[in-house]
Amino acid sequence: MNELAITVIGRDRPGIVADVAEVLARLGANLTDSTMTRLRGHFAMTLICTGPAAAEVEAALAPLAAEGQLLATVRAVTPDGEVPPVGEPYVMAVHGSDRMGIVAAMTRVLVDAGGNVTDLSTRLAGSLYVVLAEVELPAGVADTLVDRLHRTAAELGVEVTLRPADPDLL
Amino acid sequence: MTGAQESGPDAEAYAGLGDWTPESLVVPGEVRAVVSAPHPVLSRAADEVDPTAKETVQLAADLVATMRVSPGCVGLAAPQVGVGARVFAVDVTGHPKAVTLHGTFVLCNARVVEATRWKAGREGCMSVPDLTGDVKRASRLVVEGDLPGTGKPVRLVTDGFEARALQHEIDHCAGLLFLDRVAGAHAVYQRKVYL
Repeated sequence: MNELAITVIGRDRPGIVADVAEVLARLGANLTDSTMTRLRGHFAMTLICTGPAAAEVEAALAPLAAEGQLLATVRAVTPDGEVPPVGEPYVMAVHGSDRMGIVAAMTRVLVDAGGNVTDLSTRLAGSLYVVLAEVELPAGVADTLVDRLHRTAAELGVEVTLRPADPDLL
Repeated sequence: MTGAQESGPDAEAYAGLGDWTPESLVVPGEVRAVVSAPHPVLSRAADEVDPTAKETVQLAADLVATMRVSPGCVGLAAPQVGVGARVFAVDVTGHPKAVTLHGTFVLCNARVVEATRWKAGREGCMSVPDLTGDVKRASRLVVEGDLPGTGKPVRLVTDGFEARALQHEIDHCAGLLFLDRVAGAHAVYQRKVYL
């Protein structure tokens, strides 16, 4: 079974999801994991699909992209690319004045502690920049990691908190 | 206006709000400018105050005045008007989500002494005007603090929306924003509805 990684991004308008999903459905591409959201007026889709060959999907999406408002890429990827969890889930929140390199510096601290970022979003609201990252951390590193995050945040002039992700199971 | 009964281990030392109102402060409040993140005062733990000091009484009156002119505002902490002091005003009167409510009040040096029944809810903040976020808060809360003016120690037992508002304001006094407590990478939203 082919597994495809597809990205579609373009100026937001009603109908992008329906248009792209319709193309995929017509080709028998099964849309598995995806995220779709609006980022500062652009609509962005990241999709994993199984089914047809990459070239076939690329050709089918081409008419949508041809209008010049959407950019679509299709790549065949290796299936079963799941990474086993490295430990416990945490949420890192960073906020402060917008400047270059906040995501780079803060995520590097997480990686250097053996952490794996599994989800991340950023928001720019006026001059306020917010980074929210979900990260898996090896057992026992959180306390020392907090100190390192605070040092790096202080160098950047931003605030950081690291908390265990809500473990509620119902 | 008083809601749940004030009781607990320190019930003798801490009474309820009684008949306290902002008018008990005597001084008229002035509307102050509200600061927005990333202003550094919002990220600093605020200082304890003398609740009987003249400047604390004036600050309390100003917080109430500023809260009252701000549409939809149910709480305002001193750091939000640029003052690093552990003082905040709350008033959830008339809010559709409020169950127990204590009217308009100001607390100094407040702290949470019991927090149970955690529930997620969407929060906004005058100091983060463009974003909202999902935050888990205790829906049953006991808070102790001092009344500005007399300095009388009080204990509030509350729930639901008023409990959420109190925790949000106590966080401000600790240098925390709702952004520091959101549930995950997709728990912050561009604000769509303005009052």
